[in-house]
Amino acid sequence: MSPRQTRSKLFSGLTGVAVALLVGILLVIVGDAVRGGWTRLSWEFLSTAPQEGMTAGGIFPALWGTTVLTLLMTIAVMPVGVITAIYLSEYAPEGSRLAAVVRVAVQNLAGVPSVVFGLFGLGFFVRFVGERMDAALGGELKWGQPGLLWASLTLAVLTLPVVIVATEEALRTVPADLRSASLALGATKSQTLWRVVLPGAVPGILTGAILAVSRGAGEVAPILLTGAAYYLPDLPRSLSSQFMHLGYHTYVMATQSPDVDATRPLLYATVLVLLALTFTLNLVAIVIRSRSRKLASS
Amino acid sequence: MIALTIQAVGLSGIAAVLLIVIFVGREALPILRGDGEAGFDTLFLPQPLRPGKPPGFMWQPVGEVPKLSMIPLLLGTLKVTLVAMVVAVPVALAAALFTSEFAPRRLRELLKPVIELLASIPSVVLGFFALMTLAGWAQSTFGLPSRLSALVAGLAMAIAIVPVVFTVAEDALTAVPRSYREASLALGATPWETAWRVVLPAAAPGVFAACVLGFGRAIGETMIVLMASGNAAIVSLSLSDSTRTMSATIAAEMGEVVFGGTHWSVLFFIGLQLFALTLALNWVAGAFVRRTLRRLGGTA
Amino acid sequence: MSAQPKVKVRRLSIHYRDKTAVKNLDLDIAERQVLALIGPSGCGKSTFLRALNRMNDLIPGARQEGEVLLDGQDINGREIDVVDLRRRVGMVFQKSNPFPKSIFENVAFGLRIAGLRDKAELTARVEASLHHAALWDEVKDRLAESALSLSGGQQQRLCIARALAIEPEVVLMDEPASALDPLSTAKIEELMHELKSRYTIVIVTHNMQQAARVSDQTAFFYMGELIEVGSTAHLFTNPGVKRTEDYVTGKFG
Repeated sequence: MSPRQTRSKLFSGLTGVAVALLVGILLVIVGDAVRGGWTRLSWEFLSTAPQEGMTAGGIFPALWGTTVLTLLMTIAVMPVGVITAIYLSEYAPEGSRLAAVVRVAVQNLAGVPSVVFGLFGLGFFVRFVGERMDAALGGELKWGQPGLLWASLTLAVLTLPVVIVATEEALRTVPADLRSASLALGATKSQTLWRVVLPGAVPGILTGAILAVSRGAGEVAPILLTGAAYYLPDLPRSLSSQFMHLGYHTYVMATQSPDVDATRPLLYATVLVLLALTFTLNLVAIVIRSRSRKLASS
Repeated sequence: MIALTIQAVGLSGIAAVLLIVIFVGREALPILRGDGEAGFDTLFLPQPLRPGKPPGFMWQPVGEVPKLSMIPLLLGTLKVTLVAMVVAVPVALAAALFTSEFAPRRLRELLKPVIELLASIPSVVLGFFALMTLAGWAQSTFGLPSRLSALVAGLAMAIAIVPVVFTVAEDALTAVPRSYREASLALGATPWETAWRVVLPAAAPGVFAACVLGFGRAIGETMIVLMASGNAAIVSLSLSDSTRTMSATIAAEMGEVVFGGTHWSVLFFIGLQLFALTLALNWVAGAFVRRTLRRLGGTA
Repeated sequence: MSAQPKVKVRRLSIHYRDKTAVKNLDLDIAERQVLALIGPSGCGKSTFLRALNRMNDLIPGARQEGEVLLDGQDINGREIDVVDLRRRVGMVFQKSNPFPKSIFENVAFGLRIAGLRDKAELTARVEASLHHAALWDEVKDRLAESALSLSGGQQQRLCIARALAIEPEVVLMDEPASALDPLSTAKIEELMHELKSRYTIVIVTHNMQQAARVSDQTAFFYMGELIEVGSTAHLFTNPGVKRTEDYVTGKFG
């Protein structure tokens, strides 16, 4: 082999090492969580509340809070995100300035740090909308403080770009032929949208929703400022209640535990649950996407 | 009518960005106007610390005389971000080259989901990993004086930004037409020479954009630094010192401030700076991505 | 030829951005006959066809001058609803484009969007349309199967059935057999003979023999202009213009 070929083999081999390193890191992180948390994982752990200053018991309230939070977020973000994507891909005229501005805005929104979304939630939802609602409702402090609704709406704004981008891509994969066929049969634009385009885009829209849920469920910085609580004896009773959350629970247990050694197994088990949740969601999204791509190309 | 409603909702993206500027800006207004207790001078210029000592930079927001210098936080953010970039960029670019140039098709189809999984790890989990595992390993390996430092936070943050850099860079590399590669190989270049001298330069603006986006992500990353940097707001260039970043300051202190006070406004002002920084970086990256696509004959 | 043409085209020009695709064209299309449009690719025949049911509206930057009269009424007039127009003037595309729905639902699509709910009538009209498109015998036992499970030729006949289901007056066909094997092509040509007893048909084709076999009238397009139009027999055996002769005898194209 010539020296040039040897060098080629060497360097391309090194790029392979980088990939192996990344796979290794992923395995170490997962392995770490599994090794540390596996033994504590049980039905009881998932279904009971923390006890004795988080050194015993389970994570049910955090699991519940995360679920309700992401559900509310999804209800808020999906219609807005999907309609925005419909506007961009179906209604905006080609070369539209306005649509171009929307696209730039969405791109920039995706790059805004999550902690800034927290500040935004605090400044807009809590301080602006909430305080005005309280004033209108008679002055009692209820909405003018961090809580479940404001946290979920903050996350909805944060995940908006995820939904818009995924939906727009899904709409674009519906062949133009099918649109022409529908219009040529005398369907109106909205009939074509509802009966031909959207049904074809369902897998892609679903992928977007799942990715948004995965992202929303794991974000801690925004809810830190808009409603997550360290410990609550009761489950949230209203949309204005504070709530517990898996990610925030992890943060608190990792950094503020009174008894580190007693907390450690619970902490690992919590991380394991959070990771399992995120990975499952993402794997489902990956599978749906690759299936629908295969269908589209066949 | 329907079309009008759809268009109105379609403006949500613009509305979101505007609302963020307006309502984060509104809380930071006392700082921007300079009519509160703190202004640009207290935040960025040296201030008297103790009687008899030269003026300096200090972040100590709670106390009789709050000291609110941005300098330790800016420096801390820069330190952690630089560590993350120095580690993440070579690894991410190498992995992107491997995926686009050297990996067999099957492997490539497998690698992308793996990177997606890596990207999906919540940053609080990476912070936890840094705190529980990485910190101890780094301390014993590098012989550091303390467990938590800019170095540990930067290493953990590298894991968070590798997927960002990888994804954008890989897209840019894949966009390079096959004819470039065939031309180079037909001239007797080795696969590595083709990748390094033909494909990478052709995709350069996109690869640069990938790095800029990674940088933006690192500056705003919060939970990892909050958990792994040690959070001491000191002016120091050493990577092994405990460090406090802008983002972590917001997250750590927002829970304890008085609604509407000076400290409160300063925290929102820090948020505004983060927003402006990432916006600028995004804009730069966007311009470079468009340039790559135009250069390679695609459409932006 | 019947006294009153079904479609009258007057001084029609169509431009895409800075390019003119159809130039100052006059043409009459007789009722219940087959008109074939022939000419080399890029000569404007497909663009012209799409002007007859205003599918060009969907192309950004397309502009049009002149008139297209359907039963004496300007189809671009303000009182014309484009959706109604497309129900009266159906279209079959070059590439078959069935929806990813069942065979039945594909044919029922146009009826459903027109508001037909009655199950019995839906079934009857779907069956009738499949008969007209000579597809019924092949699919009658598998109406609930996906349309994508059909062969290419069957898919195209399904698209024809789908277009016929809403009982248009005019059917436009844009090279409907160009992607099909000879057997399927023969079936579709045969179909056209049957269809012209009920419908006015305009077909774009690349294939001279096909034009000769299926059409009553033939129009020859070249560079966006209508060079010659006349009865098919006449045009193929005794063209009036040199360029038409060159094209139909295969000297260029």
